[in-house]
Amino acid sequence: MSDGKLLVKDKEVVVPGEVLVKGMGFLPGYGTYRKEDEIIANRLGLLTVDGKVLKTVPLSGRYMPKRNDIIIGNVIDILMSGWRLDTNSPYSAVLPLKDASFNYIEKGADLTRYFELDDYIVLKVTNVTSQKLVDVTCKGPGLHKLRGGRIILVNTHKVPRIIGKKGSMVSLIKNATGCKITVGQNGMAWISGEPEMEVIAVNTIKMIEEQSHVSGLTDKIHAYLEKATGKKVALAEDKPDNEMKEVNKTESSSKAADSKNQKDFLKSRDSESLTNIKKPKE
Amino acid sequence: MSSKFTKRPDGRKFDETRKIEAKAGVIKKADGSAYFKIGKTTAYAAVYGPRELHPRHMQDPKTGILRCNYNMMPFSSEERVRPGPSRRSKEISMVTEKALGPVMDLKDYPNAVVDVFIELTETDAGSRCAGICAAAIALADAGVTMKDMVSAISIGVIDNNIVMDLDGEEEHIEDVFVADIPIAMVPSTGEITLLQMDGRMTKENLLEGIKMVKPVLKNIAEIQRKALKDKYKR
Repeated sequence: MSDGKLLVKDKEVVVPGEVLVKGMGFLPGYGTYRKEDEIIANRLGLLTVDGKVLKTVPLSGRYMPKRNDIIIGNVIDILMSGWRLDTNSPYSAVLPLKDASFNYIEKGADLTRYFELDDYIVLKVTNVTSQKLVDVTCKGPGLHKLRGGRIILVNTHKVPRIIGKKGSMVSLIKNATGCKITVGQNGMAWISGEPEMEVIAVNTIKMIEEQSHVSGLTDKIHAYLEKATGKKVALAEDKPDNEMKEVNKTESSSKAADSKNQKDFLKSRDSESLTNIKKPKE
Repeated sequence: MSSKFTKRPDGRKFDETRKIEAKAGVIKKADGSAYFKIGKTTAYAAVYGPRELHPRHMQDPKTGILRCNYNMMPFSSEERVRPGPSRRSKEISMVTEKALGPVMDLKDYPNAVVDVFIELTETDAGSRCAGICAAAIALADAGVTMKDMVSAISIGVIDNNIVMDLDGEEEHIEDVFVADIPIAMVPSTGEITLLQMDGRMTKENLLEGIKMVKPVLKNIAEIQRKALKDKYKR
């Protein structure tokens, strides 16, 4: 039995049908399969060699709901005992009554008092069955209805890059633009702040999405943000004390801006003040 | 064996294909897309999904399904093509689905569908093969699980000579027998997933043709893979 020879380099793009290894020295992982003494890729992705295991990191494809993911959902239907939500995936999710609010919701109550059609909600996936029935909850830290702002769609596989290590990238954008940003694992991102700053934040996110493979991207984004906003932006990394101050500052300033903005474009919506967002975990 | 047909109209060798070009990721909004050009035949393919399948009665709780749609643009050939589904386009959609089906694995997407839309902007014979090649690249680009590529090309028999990749002019040569056989194959295993015939030919010619087409299809598979890799070149 031969040891197996790697035919493709680590961190290289592999395509379906590409032979990765000849020999029995390696094990097939996600995105690969064994045929006789060969390991072959069955998905487009970046090859990762993890010891003796070969797997691919996907570069494209739709989001698939996974338990404990924080996602953003859009209410598409109101059911007898809950809400149906579009999750930017092949399967819609159900938000049952008991997981919608900390308060007791009586049977037969008017559910639109809690969530209306077309509302966006930050949710956590509680369960996914084999037939892909998805249950979500709105009870938990950082889970809530989104008011105002704008929603953009990004590639779900680029979400970790947008959030950055320990949220470094997203907090950089937050600091620079004073926007509130929530990025869901399902590739839906919510941005709320002053209109011009929202545009800068959207462009920055699009830039990260396009150049996610570039190393030293944080510095590049930092430079871009300073140029776009015309302000000095503190780098959040390595200085946790500074970061806290910075966040507090922007949040208080954005609150003032919010109350002004609400008059402008939240006229028809209810005027409940914008709650603070905690960003989802990586 | 003497034959009236000694030279191809465009000067190609008997086993030579037309010039092939392929590119992945040409339609930004689609989950995966590609274009495939062979000579004067151009196919665009866009993949959407996996997504929820409507109508619901088509849903399969065991696996996701593949749905292909082949369409020629009205201006794609000399004679205007009437828009909308026709008997011909429905058949080609169906055989495309069956040609791609064997490499797909949609078990992870019960009740869902992967939609493939194939549009031909320019046609000069071999359009279903170009469509299949484009669709295979687009499906891989969409990140769908598939065990291998699918490559396709048509072979022809003109007056007892086996030739690769007929063009429109050769298909309509008069006074001699012309047969046209589109073939799709899984390049690594040699499984044939599409085999149709228009015209008449001998059994020997068919077997010889299938033998000849294998290296050509492997070559096309390389072009398809290169198109995918080029999309992510830095």
